[in-house]
Amino acid sequence: MLKKMEAALGLLRRMPPKQSETALSALLSLLPQHSSDLLSQVDLPLQVLRDAESRKDFILCEYNRDADSYRSPWSNKYHPPLEDALYPSSELRKLEVEANDIFAIYRDQYYEGGISSVYMWEDDNEGFVACFLIKKDGSKSGHGRRGCLEEGAWDAIHVIQVGPEEEEMAQYCLTSTIMLSLTTDDEPSGKFGLSGSIRRQMKMELAVAEGHLCNMGRMIEELEGKLRNSLDQVYFGKTREMVCTLRPPAEIVQMRLPDS
Amino acid sequence: MADEEDELPETELSYDQKKEIAKWFLLNAPAGEINYVAKDLKAVLRDEEVYNEAAMEAFPVYNKSHMICLEMPNRAGDVIVSSYSEITENEYLDPRTAQVAIVDHVQQICTKVRPADDEELASSYIEEFRCALDAEIQRYVSESYPKGVFAVNCVKGKDADGPGMDFEFVVIITARKLSPQNFCNGSWRSVWNIDFQDESQVLDIKGKLQVTFTTHLSLSVGAHYFEEGNVELDAKKEFQDSTIFQSADDCAIAIANIIRHHETEYLAALEVAYSKLPDNTFKDLRRKLPVTRTLFPWQNTLQFSLTREVEKELGLGK
Repeated sequence: MLKKMEAALGLLRRMPPKQSETALSALLSLLPQHSSDLLSQVDLPLQVLRDAESRKDFILCEYNRDADSYRSPWSNKYHPPLEDALYPSSELRKLEVEANDIFAIYRDQYYEGGISSVYMWEDDNEGFVACFLIKKDGSKSGHGRRGCLEEGAWDAIHVIQVGPEEEEMAQYCLTSTIMLSLTTDDEPSGKFGLSGSIRRQMKMELAVAEGHLCNMGRMIEELEGKLRNSLDQVYFGKTREMVCTLRPPAEIVQMRLPDS
Repeated sequence: MADEEDELPETELSYDQKKEIAKWFLLNAPAGEINYVAKDLKAVLRDEEVYNEAAMEAFPVYNKSHMICLEMPNRAGDVIVSSYSEITENEYLDPRTAQVAIVDHVQQICTKVRPADDEELASSYIEEFRCALDAEIQRYVSESYPKGVFAVNCVKGKDADGPGMDFEFVVIITARKLSPQNFCNGSWRSVWNIDFQDESQVLDIKGKLQVTFTTHLSLSVGAHYFEEGNVELDAKKEFQDSTIFQSADDCAIAIANIIRHHETEYLAALEVAYSKLPDNTFKDLRRKLPVTRTLFPWQNTLQFSLTREVEKELGLGK
């Protein structure tokens, strides 16, 4: 008999990506004893909160959460307020502030809209971890400038572990996840929906001469580009291939050998 | 088996709540994956009774909505399980061979066949139209689908014994490519309703086409990369057309031509939509390159923050 947790993850993988929230809550009610394991395995669409003081939105995730409060990267304050909460060291906070400013420019140049947040914290082995988040609503009614999408949600999560500096070099391990849900509805191609998530990892050892931010930024830019490429090339390519296998365009059919 | 995990408190859901959850998982299984979902579900539930009852209720619904195709014993061919061919929950008519397939939904097999009774079959007047259409659709499917399965069922007015009565046919065409062990499944379903309207001498044709594709990939790309993905595509399109009421053979040719025309056009439109995706549609989510058309100048980031500092000091910040 399969272990419950293994089977639960199998179910989560097979359910349609759009139903992952429902699938997760169903599994949580069936297996309450595994709730923390289940929650840590599943990426759900990112949530956003307003930082009234800074008049800016920020993204919520496990990395800026303490108890039931979330820390805003803009004001460095927890919402709702929390006593004795965790904060990054002042040195790391300085890098975090800088990262938020620069990543907002990066986000604007690639996404033409959307929301971004960066969180950092010290880890146990003298390095630190940074989490770069982007949420974009590319639908007609959101930030979709070209009006191609009825619905278009894109959530990017980049978690990067930075090792301690040794001889002016540092180890970087980046895990990037993109969650996507888009639908178009045009004549004559009808309704067309794509949803899902893809994840990739990349490790590098880099000189820190230009600063951590520069190294992390370049890695994120590269991996984000690769994931975007995978989504439109690999996954669409496969879909197209599948449609052609099921019902080939007329000219291919005519070329078939009579016995095949 | 005394798993550590079983010592912890179990769920407090009622029998019915558990059953509803189990049914939800089964009904949401992608094409071709219900048996894999069932296996995982059993392991999560560890409750045979709940599982069996949920399966008894969910499988028939799933099989009919996915229009699964089952092989009939004694080489009688295939039967499509659908609401259009349903006689009772476990019996499905194959009009081409005038046989009824007895189906075990949970096993997804056809256990036996029996000859259809007279009252289950259409009148000879209707059968003339149905047979003619069956032959034309057969030609189209064999020309256009490498592994297509189809059925032509009469869903309304099957007892009409001559002109003066309305009747309706449903043409189902399905094709699928399943490799559930590789988590990669595609299915094509098209359903065409043909309403023969005697008074207006018009054939009203409505089509619904659905293509779904699910893939769960896990690849290693060299030593420093891995990639995993879980992606689903769903494309749908509805059609409407009409033609004039003619002889059985002429109707059949006209209907098959209409179906062929719309399906071919749709494929071409889908190609165009795909080709626009990378550069147009995806651009509203994330551009390939920044608005500046060059990679982001990370090396100048120090500059950015210095400018900001200066702006702040001069009171120019937002």
